[in-house]
Amino acid sequence: MTAEPVGARSRTGYDAETLAALTADAEQITARYPDPRSGLLPMLHLVQSVDGYVSRDGILFCAERLEMTAAEVSAVATFYTQYKRHPNGTYTVGVCTNTLCAVMGGDTIFDRLSEHLDVGHDETTPDGSITLERVECNAACDYAPVMMVNWEFFDNQTPQSATEIADRLRAGEEVVPTRGASSVCSFKQTSRILAGFPDGRADEGTGAGGPTLEGLRIARERGWTAPEPDGADAAGEPATEVPPETGTAQSSAERKPTTAQDEKPGMPDASEPGKRTEGSDD
Amino acid sequence: MTDVLTPVLSDTWDAERSWTLETYLAHGGYEGLRAALAQDPADLVQAVKDSGLRGRGGAGFPTGMKWGFLPAPDGGPRYLVVNADESEPGTCKDIPLMLASPQHLIEGVAITSYAIGCHHAFIYVRGEVLHVYRRLLAAVQEAYDAGYLGTDVQGSGFDLEVTVHAGAGAYICGEETALLDSLEGKRGQPRLKPPFPAVAGLYARPTVVNNVESIASVPGIVAKGAEWFASMGTEKSQGHGLFSLSGHVTRPGQYEAPLGITLRELLDLAGGVREGHELKFWTPGGSSTPLFTAEHLDVPLDYESVGAAGSMLGTRALQIFDETTCVVRAVSRWTDFYAHESCGKCTPCREGTYWLKQVLHRIEAGEGTAPDIDLLLDLCDNILGRAFCALGDGATSPITSSIQYFRDEFEAHLDGRGCPFDPARSTLFDDTPQAPPALAGAGGHR
Repeated sequence: MTAEPVGARSRTGYDAETLAALTADAEQITARYPDPRSGLLPMLHLVQSVDGYVSRDGILFCAERLEMTAAEVSAVATFYTQYKRHPNGTYTVGVCTNTLCAVMGGDTIFDRLSEHLDVGHDETTPDGSITLERVECNAACDYAPVMMVNWEFFDNQTPQSATEIADRLRAGEEVVPTRGASSVCSFKQTSRILAGFPDGRADEGTGAGGPTLEGLRIARERGWTAPEPDGADAAGEPATEVPPETGTAQSSAERKPTTAQDEKPGMPDASEPGKRTEGSDD
Repeated sequence: MTDVLTPVLSDTWDAERSWTLETYLAHGGYEGLRAALAQDPADLVQAVKDSGLRGRGGAGFPTGMKWGFLPAPDGGPRYLVVNADESEPGTCKDIPLMLASPQHLIEGVAITSYAIGCHHAFIYVRGEVLHVYRRLLAAVQEAYDAGYLGTDVQGSGFDLEVTVHAGAGAYICGEETALLDSLEGKRGQPRLKPPFPAVAGLYARPTVVNNVESIASVPGIVAKGAEWFASMGTEKSQGHGLFSLSGHVTRPGQYEAPLGITLRELLDLAGGVREGHELKFWTPGGSSTPLFTAEHLDVPLDYESVGAAGSMLGTRALQIFDETTCVVRAVSRWTDFYAHESCGKCTPCREGTYWLKQVLHRIEAGEGTAPDIDLLLDLCDNILGRAFCALGDGATSPITSSIQYFRDEFEAHLDGRGCPFDPARSTLFDDTPQAPPALAGAGGHR
């Protein structure tokens, strides 16, 4: 059975039309990469765009396309929080409750929404409209407290604004993000974009919100600019290759040297003749 | 004398339709690429070395030196992978940059690829920023259509393909080798190093992994010169950087300044700590960098000075907390984050963050006892330097630094006393506490 060519007969439960469309999309995805396996993450977004979550069929589909086992695909799918293991609501409403947003009001917003919608973290309202989530830092701290709806920014929220947005989503009304497209699309549409199939809405919305422009606004006001290339005062000597003070977030630069090449990058490593090495993370 | 703020990357953000190629070109965009294509790639690597540009993603490793570590060409592919997985708590510079001006990054990708001999570059952007992904896809398409990407870039004979890849929610993928595994379609877990990505990176081929802001800084260096870049900043921390102010500050936002500016200067521009309150603690570079307090207001925010003062410059994510904030609650929540994001590959981090979380929760709930504080320090001691990657190290930073500066506040929570703070006072909106005072602070539990 497994020896049959992929596509000749699929173990997924998709009807022929769905399967054909998925297969065509999957081919476009794998064509973006030197190794088709790199297409797995976008392909998982793709199956979410059809099923609204990473379904059993979706896992089988990815496995068949990439000649992996279903267990291997599941191992990847369960690692990432954006892949849902149960049917997701039409809208994922995510409240940032990482420290800064939580302190600024995110905790209150989450609690109020949870009470208002009568669902907890990673639960979906009975009408299938909203899946409520606590989310981690979404890189919009200067707009705290932040809420994401289908991964569009809703900045500077209050309990009132958040519950109002949730009510409008449940009523099927159009909801406009603070910085994003001119309306929020559905979870399935969002997933399709994340699979790398744009919806032509990149030009909608703003380029920058107020806080993004705060420093620039002050610089304009006071006439501050970066130096001109010619008029730059010559104080800046070209940097020498001083050993940097490395070792911080997401770096392993502070590890102790274990081989000669750790201390003298570029020197031949006794254990790996002819190999060169480098120093650190970015 | 350099101005206090030096908008370079942020200079076009207030322009009409700032994200388009047209706007970027009208502001001198792609002059760097034109200049680069006329040069020998080795000279470009040297120029970036001379500029003093150091990685803007947190670790501060010299960018040009990193490029220089690639082995000599062997005829096989070499890759550039841009780390656009901005997820470090407090860090919010790359996402607005890519939303407002993605072409800055695309031009940097083109120049860097040419410099290192890469013909297929990848931008790995976190999946939780839909509109940024839209903008990046559109920006790459515009650049292809205008001949800045694709075959025979600007008639130079240089070919470059760029793929924008969306992640799917995992902080650990910001670690460069975890990012590479994720880009290969695997679980995002860090790799053993060496070999470093320069030798065996994406698909085991020589690879440069650089942060968004680092790559976006390259066009300016090429167009205006290494000396121009190095004329900003301090002796060992050169150039401009985005400083992101957030939290209890009057005007939070992005402030692009030469490295070496102080928080006092930045707060001055940002209208100070929110009215009627005072600074209690802050992070110089995200939650993984040890906390600072008001005594560090004048520390120059460059790699060396911040390091000498006991923390790390990190991503210049300045999260400001005033006196209404309970440091135990803040640190406990960051610890929840690290426990949640620990990839599970190594025991010290996987088990250690789990236990740190339990102990902090019981302290916050008033169920801790005096030995718990030393237990936290002991746990941290068993994680720091023993974890597979920097996530574990980062998890210990807020804990050890907060105990160093605020031990008495931890003690005030012990033996049934619980949190003495009212969390409603820290919020930005008028809100009556949802819980009676006896339960205040319980919101920190998950």
